[in-house]
Amino acid sequence: MSDNKVIQVEKLTKMFGNFTAVNAISFEVEKGEIFGFLGANGAGKTTAMKMLIGISNPTSGKANVAGFDVFTRAEDIKKNIGYMSQKFALYDDLTVKENITFFGGIYGLSRTKIKEKSAVLVEELGLEAVANKLVGALPLGWKQKLSFSVALLHNPKIVFLDEPTGGVDPITRRQFWEMIYKAANHGTTVFVTTHYMDEAEYCDRVSIMVNGKIEALGTPRKLKEQFKVDNMNDVFLKLARG
Amino acid sequence: MKRFIGFIKKEFYHIFRDRRSLFILFGMPIAQIMLFGFAITNEINNVDIAVLDHSKDATTEEIINKISASKYFSINQFIEKESDIDAIFKKGKVKAVLNFEKDFSKNLIKDHNATIQIVTDATDPNTANTISNYVNAILIQYQSVLNKDINITYQVVPETRMVYNPELKSVYMFVPGVMTIILMLVSAMMTSISITREKELGTMEILLVSPIKPIQVIVGKVFPYIFLSIINAIVIVILSIYIFKMPIQGSLILLALESVLFIITALALGILISTISETQQTAMMISLMGLMLPVILLSGFIFPISSMPLPLQLISNIIPAKWFNIIIKGIMLKGVGIQFLWKETLILIGMSVFFIALSVKKYKIRLE
Repeated sequence: MSDNKVIQVEKLTKMFGNFTAVNAISFEVEKGEIFGFLGANGAGKTTAMKMLIGISNPTSGKANVAGFDVFTRAEDIKKNIGYMSQKFALYDDLTVKENITFFGGIYGLSRTKIKEKSAVLVEELGLEAVANKLVGALPLGWKQKLSFSVALLHNPKIVFLDEPTGGVDPITRRQFWEMIYKAANHGTTVFVTTHYMDEAEYCDRVSIMVNGKIEALGTPRKLKEQFKVDNMNDVFLKLARG
Repeated sequence: MKRFIGFIKKEFYHIFRDRRSLFILFGMPIAQIMLFGFAITNEINNVDIAVLDHSKDATTEEIINKISASKYFSINQFIEKESDIDAIFKKGKVKAVLNFEKDFSKNLIKDHNATIQIVTDATDPNTANTISNYVNAILIQYQSVLNKDINITYQVVPETRMVYNPELKSVYMFVPGVMTIILMLVSAMMTSISITREKELGTMEILLVSPIKPIQVIVGKVFPYIFLSIINAIVIVILSIYIFKMPIQGSLILLALESVLFIITALALGILISTISETQQTAMMISLMGLMLPVILLSGFIFPISSMPLPLQLISNIIPAKWFNIIIKGIMLKGVGIQFLWKETLILIGMSVFFIALSVKKYKIRLE
C-alpha cells in the first residue's frame, strides 16, 4: 500500500439478514484529502462509516484504514482516527476544560500534553471566558466546534465527521469548514458525510451513495461535467431519481 | 490505568453534579431507614382502649390497672353501655374495648370462671390481632398469679421465649430489608441509568470509537457505584446501631464481604438491564418494576416466604434479594458465620456470574 492512500476500500459489504445495507463499495482516500461521503438518509453512509471506524464488522470485502485492516486491527485504527458523530457528543455536565481533559485522557495523552493542548484550543476557539463553564450552557455552534477540536486532540491521521453541521447556522457552518480546511492543510485526512449539497462543493472529492452502492465518485467539478449540470444539488437529484 | 482513573473522575463529576442522583444516593437511604425504623412498625405502643365495666369490683379494677400499667395500652375512657362500643370505634381513636361481664369477681370465685370480651377494631387486621394477643398475654399472667396458691395437679405451662429479637422490635426486621432495597436500588438502577444515558446522548459511540476498551467503559461506570453503595451500607449499619440500638451479633467483616457480593450481583443486573434498554426511561422502568417490586414483595423482607403460595415461593428463589436477606439477617440477628451461610453465598456468586456472562453476551461491543 502506498503511503499516500490512508483509506482503501474494496468491495466492502454489510448485510443485515437479507438486507444489503452496503453493497460492495470500493474507493480510496488520499492523505490530506477532504473526502465527502454523500447519500440520502438510509443510503448506507453511516453503516459504511461505522465499518471504517471499527465499531461494525463488515460482512465481506476488504478495507484498510490508516494502514490497518478493519477486520483484524480495529484497535490500532481507533488510536489513529478521530470521530465526531451527528449527535453532539461531549458531556454537558462537564466544563469545557474537563471535557478536553477527559477525552485527552481517553486517547492516552500525558497530563502536560493535555494542559498544553487545551490552552491552545481554548484560545483558538475564543472560549477563554467559558473554559470553566459547563458545556451544556454553550450555544450549539460552539459545542460543535469544540467537539471537532476534541476529535482532533490526539492528532489523528484521519478524522471522521458524521453530519457535523446538522442544525447549525450558516455562519457557524462557514467557520466550521474553515476549521476543516485548516486540519486538512496540516495533513489530517477528513472523511465527512453531509446532507448539504453546497458543502459537497467544498470537498476535494465526493462519492454519492444510492441504495448501498456508490453511484458516483470524483471531484465536484468532474461530477457536474459528467451529469451536465451546474451544481452538486442537481447531480444528487439526478442520481437519486435514477 | 491512567485512562481508567480519568474515566472514574468523570463519573464522579456526573454523580455529584446531578441533584437527582445525589438524592437517590444519599437522601433515600436515610429517609427509608428512618421511615421504616420509626413510622412503619408492627409493634403497638400506647394503643388507646376503652373499658366497659359492668361489675366495677376489686378484680376488674386490678386487671384494668395491670393493662393500663403496660406500655402497650392506655385507657382512653370508660363507657357505660354496650351501644357505646360501636360509636366509639366509629370515632376511630380507640382500637379496642374491654367488656367485663356483670359480677365478675363473684363469678370468678363461685364458678372459677369469669368472662371478659375483647372487642377490637379490625379495619387493620394486624393491629387488631396484636392487640388481642397482648391483652390475652396480660390476662394469662394475671391468672397465673391468681392460681399460684392453688395446687392443680396437671398443668401444661407454655414458656415462650422469643430468640434473636426478644423484644420483637420490627426495626430488627426492617434494617436488613432496607439495606437490601437500597443496595439493589443504587447498584442496579443507578448503573443501568448511567450506562443508558451515555447511549442516549451518543457519547457511548464516541467512547467505543476511542481506544478505551468496552470492558474498561463498563467497569469505569460501575466502579463509583460500588464505592457509593459501600458507603451507603456503612451509613445504614451505623444508623441502625446508634439510632435503633440494633445489635450486630455476627462478624462485621463477613457482613461487609457479603454486602460487597450482593452489590456485585446487583451491578451485574444493572449492566444486564442497560444492555436491553435504549433509553434511561426504559432502564428506570425495568429497574423499578422488575427489581424493586420483587425485592419488596418476594424477598421475605415484609411478607414471610413460607406462607406464600407455592408458585410464588418458587419464584422467590430467583430473586437475589431473598438470599441476601437470609444472609444479612443471619449475620446481624443470629450472629452466624459463613458455615451456616455458604449455600446462600454460593447462590449469590452463581447469580452474579450468570448475569455477567449474559451481559457480556448481550453487550454489543460493536454497535450495530
